[in-house]
Amino acid sequence: MLKIENLHVRVAGKEILKGLSLDVKPGEVHAIMGPNGAGKSTLGNVLAGREGYEITAGTVDFGDKDLLQLEPEERAAEGLFLAFQYPVEIPGVNNTYFLKAALNAQRKYRGQAELDSMQFLKLVREKLRVLHISDELLHRAVNSGFSGGEKKRNEIFQMALLEPRLAILDETDSGLDIDALKMVAEGVNHMRSPDRAFIVITHYQRLLDYIVPDFVHVLAEGRIVESGDKSLAHKLEEHGYAWLDERRVPERSAV
Amino acid sequence: MATERNDIEEALNRRYEAGFVTDIETEYLPPGLSEDVIRQLSAKKHEPQWMTDWRLEAYRHWLTMPVPEWAKLKIGPIDFQSISYYAAPKARPKSLDEVDPKLLETYDKLGVPLHERAKLAGVAVDAVFDSVSVGTTFRKELAAAGVIFCSMSEAIQEHPELVRKYLGSVVPVADNYFAALNCAVFSDGSFVFIPKGVRCPMELSTYFRINAMNTGQFERTLIVAEEGSYVSYLEGCTAPQRDENQLHAAVVELVALDDAQIKYSTVQNWYPGDENGIGGIYNFVTKRGDCRGARSKISWTQVETGSAITWKYPSCVLRGDDSSGEFYSVALTHHAQQADTGTKMIHLGRNTKSKIISKGISAGRGQNTYRGLVKVEKGAEGARNYTQCDSLLIGKKCGAHTFPYIEVKHPSAIVEHEATTSKISDDQLFYCRSRGLGEEDAVSMIVDGFCKQVFKELPMEFAVEAKKLLEVSLEGAVG
Repeated sequence: MLKIENLHVRVAGKEILKGLSLDVKPGEVHAIMGPNGAGKSTLGNVLAGREGYEITAGTVDFGDKDLLQLEPEERAAEGLFLAFQYPVEIPGVNNTYFLKAALNAQRKYRGQAELDSMQFLKLVREKLRVLHISDELLHRAVNSGFSGGEKKRNEIFQMALLEPRLAILDETDSGLDIDALKMVAEGVNHMRSPDRAFIVITHYQRLLDYIVPDFVHVLAEGRIVESGDKSLAHKLEEHGYAWLDERRVPERSAV
Repeated sequence: MATERNDIEEALNRRYEAGFVTDIETEYLPPGLSEDVIRQLSAKKHEPQWMTDWRLEAYRHWLTMPVPEWAKLKIGPIDFQSISYYAAPKARPKSLDEVDPKLLETYDKLGVPLHERAKLAGVAVDAVFDSVSVGTTFRKELAAAGVIFCSMSEAIQEHPELVRKYLGSVVPVADNYFAALNCAVFSDGSFVFIPKGVRCPMELSTYFRINAMNTGQFERTLIVAEEGSYVSYLEGCTAPQRDENQLHAAVVELVALDDAQIKYSTVQNWYPGDENGIGGIYNFVTKRGDCRGARSKISWTQVETGSAITWKYPSCVLRGDDSSGEFYSVALTHHAQQADTGTKMIHLGRNTKSKIISKGISAGRGQNTYRGLVKVEKGAEGARNYTQCDSLLIGKKCGAHTFPYIEVKHPSAIVEHEATTSKISDDQLFYCRSRGLGEEDAVSMIVDGFCKQVFKELPMEFAVEAKKLLEVSLEGAVG
């Protein structure tokens, strides 16, 4: 579904990703962990198409498309979703209206009929019910004046509504209390299916107690330095990221 | 990226939809301005002597006045002798049934059907074409409620006592340069009179259209709401796309007596000029409402997207005790457009309240200025004002400026002013796009959200119109 090969990315002249490769198949959940500054958020942003990132080498295939050639809105319509680490406030724009416009823009791109207000509201109610979210967030402006937890909850709600093929969660757990964290995990688990994949970017192992990944990758200094199953996350938790450095010393000196 | 830039360029150069010209036989006064021209104009309209004298007095005063230069606008010199002060379709129908089909077609195209079959439900329209009113709909229905809604020319003929009593009572003849000019040469406009205790049964609206070349439009609107009455009035304006600048200098006067309420909305879409700043309307307008009676209320809502230059400050004189004034404004400048707009709230009576919500949007090389005065006079005990003034910048070459003036002469006054300037951030755009919205849609959604507080003050159908207008006006603003 998603195949990243040898991806090199510069931000403001500085190389952040230095040959990252990753292969994600439908139905899989990949966790990406790593110390601060390793390039975790850069990866999410590059995949979603944010400007300001210079791709100097590498390829990214998403389904049968060359992802890097697509505009952000095309990537979304192709089924890629990024849950933001810092969701953006858009004052005065009603949350429901925003989502309806977004969903219909995607449907239009895919050649599907747009939903009218009644159909859309039905869908909204359905998603609210399974996510146990109150509809109060819907009547407010997009993320405007939302608490940190509400913003993240809203991201998960958007994800549920837009039903992406690949969802990337960029440190969605940061700043969440345990209840909000559980809610986010529940949302993701509910959406797990054989044809949908997740990339969960996180700094801490805690989230992975609730969203159990198929693979755990460690991102350090711009590339994946270690991959394994969920036990890798526990090892990291136990030893800290410094443990990685120790393991990587020989490799480094070889370069 | 290069192709994207081209798409944006293309969208940017999209035609101004109201930019067409109606080919109709037109009668002109030759260009030029003099006492003779004013006498001819007045004679053409069969005006009584008092009206002619009033015009001449204004003209003589105007000659002594300097062109105002305090606004933050760059305006080339205006040659008042090269303008024709009167242009009207030759055929003068007695009623709407006899109106030239070409004119009906023009208004159809502008989305304001006048003929019986297609009239806008619940909205009475006075259609002003160049210098004259060509027809007013729903007159019978309004007359049954006691409401007078007609062209200013007719009002001078048929209700001279009302016109004499109120004309110039809010904006005096010598108020300012452009108002004085308007007094001298105004050719038509709308007159509204709502008698005591009447709630006007429908929305009233005037649609101003400039069509003829080398002419100016000088309209005059007067709305009088007697004790306890209510009226909601809306004006719209468009003009053909031309390389020459055309002058529009209007005066609007509102009078609200005890417990009366006037809601005045404007959707201004005069031709803004092209992307290089060639052509467009010079829009110099004096609008003022007099809350003459106790507990009266006047509310101005304006959406200004057109004109090369906008110079207007719809104001409220809060004379009656417990009266209140409101000003809600969205002003957009794109390409080379310039706007210097705002309001004046003059608190004279006790416990008077005013509220100002101004939203300025600048894109391209547009320059947008908010200029507002809140004045609390000695007797205005308990006066209260709240001003919120927000600017939104799109792109790097535009400008937003804010000039709030506050003069307070009573210690009990409470005056609040809040101002913000923001840019549509890359973060906001990316967020919208990552959810599937195209760039243009994302911008118009963010701008729409920014304007929400003002749009909700507009009558429903016009709020939709205003939103669309803003989208069209902003096309290609990002890139």
